[in-house]
Amino acid sequence: MSLIANISRRSLHVWRRNLDVSLVTWKTNVLPPLLEPLLYILAFGVGLGAYVQKISYEGRALDYLAFLAPGMIAVGVMFHSIFECMYGSFVRMRYERTFDAILCTPLLIEDILAGEILWGATRGLFAGTAILAMVSCFGLASYPHSLLVLPVSLAAGLLFAAFGLYFAAISPYIDNLNLPTFLFVNPMFLLSGTFFPLDGLPPWMRALAHVLPLTHAVDILRAATLGRLRPGLLLSFAYIAGLGLAVSFFAIRRMKARLIR
Amino acid sequence: MDAVIEASKLVKRYGALTAVHGVDFEIQKGECFGLLGPNGAGKTTTVRMLCCTLPITEGDIRILGLSAREHPREIKARLGVCPQEVNLDPDFTVEKNLVVYSRYFDIPEALARRRARALIERFHLDEKSKEPIEDLSGGLKKRLLIARALVNEPAIAVLDEPTTGLDPQSKHQIWDQVGELKRSGTTVILTTHYMEEAALLCDHLIIMDQGRIIERGRPLELIEKHADSGGTLEDVFLKLTGRQLRE
Repeated sequence: MSLIANISRRSLHVWRRNLDVSLVTWKTNVLPPLLEPLLYILAFGVGLGAYVQKISYEGRALDYLAFLAPGMIAVGVMFHSIFECMYGSFVRMRYERTFDAILCTPLLIEDILAGEILWGATRGLFAGTAILAMVSCFGLASYPHSLLVLPVSLAAGLLFAAFGLYFAAISPYIDNLNLPTFLFVNPMFLLSGTFFPLDGLPPWMRALAHVLPLTHAVDILRAATLGRLRPGLLLSFAYIAGLGLAVSFFAIRRMKARLIR
Repeated sequence: MDAVIEASKLVKRYGALTAVHGVDFEIQKGECFGLLGPNGAGKTTTVRMLCCTLPITEGDIRILGLSAREHPREIKARLGVCPQEVNLDPDFTVEKNLVVYSRYFDIPEALARRRARALIERFHLDEKSKEPIEDLSGGLKKRLLIARALVNEPAIAVLDEPTTGLDPQSKHQIWDQVGELKRSGTTVILTTHYMEEAALLCDHLIIMDQGRIIERGRPLELIEKHADSGGTLEDVFLKLTGRQLRE
């Protein structure tokens, strides 16, 4: 397929450009979202945790904060990578016209879009790593298992970045991006086993939750921070990685069709 | 003379709409070639096909001996494009814009910095080299866009309305730079709405209307052929394309 053949190592130049921008703007664009999980840990862990000290997860009683921490990592990865490629890529495409500028160099549109997704995935990796470091300070991550957070953040970051770029590709105006936020991002944020175990849900909701990719990321991350890995999680990882590659393909194809006519 | 660009039977269609209807032209090495025409004439569409950023519907353009259909990367590596719209990186300084753009051409960092400094000097951007883009005036942004188009020392520079909206001082400075480019052997492709500019800078030009070339030649030849004595290229243009508004 020429779409895939047209992606070259030059996409790393786009990745590097976005990294350089974030090194200029990190105080306003990177730092606040990374501090957000701290707020959640305070509000939900300390505030709500005063009422819910223990939570039953996989037949064991668990401190609520220990349950919540991996959920926060997963949510951070999702927000950073999906919004980078929804709003960030949309702004670069439509307002800053960065893609037009780069198209007049040896890069092809496929290189540019692959670079965007790769950058979104990297934002996910940064977020996952930073939040892991933060929850580790609270003693909420068991090592060495928790090191798995890094590859999982990257794979989940790729998947959400690809979804983000797809939404940017199908949205005529930037305001249209509110719709996927409401219909896709927010339900995942609440329903993926981030704040409470899924066991108590009615069967149809549980089935729905298991289609959502964030649920699989949460499952792996929780097993990692609790130090309770099991072989079945490989399937979850395969689901995230496979879906990530598939959505990347469709996102690039859709965005190319929009831009190169 | 050797042609660096040969467009043959070039067609661009968007569904039922035909923006460019089978256009042929040749551009010689080292000349300044103008594309004139009212809005919607197909100039920018033609330029974008030439820059390999827009797919060609029918026909082809050979640039430096390569087909635009088959070798977009190789061709784009040797073009320098100054776009109509400002698409600089707003988060970077003047200098950083040039260095980051050089990266897309695989120019090593040290060389990119040297060239950036030389271009900053040449385009009189010295005082602003550490400033963010937002603080620049329209004229400075345009100059930076042209400077950016030259980071890869292109064989062909494509300037799409480089002086639109500029004050006379900035305009003259850009004209001087076009002269400089020609003297260094760079082929220049220019689109403009200013007939005075086209008459001054272009060796050859084509006038397009409704997707077709309606006249071509040297500016003075066209004035002699179409205008009354004492006429200008603007008179020729209005005579050929009419006075009706296009949009």
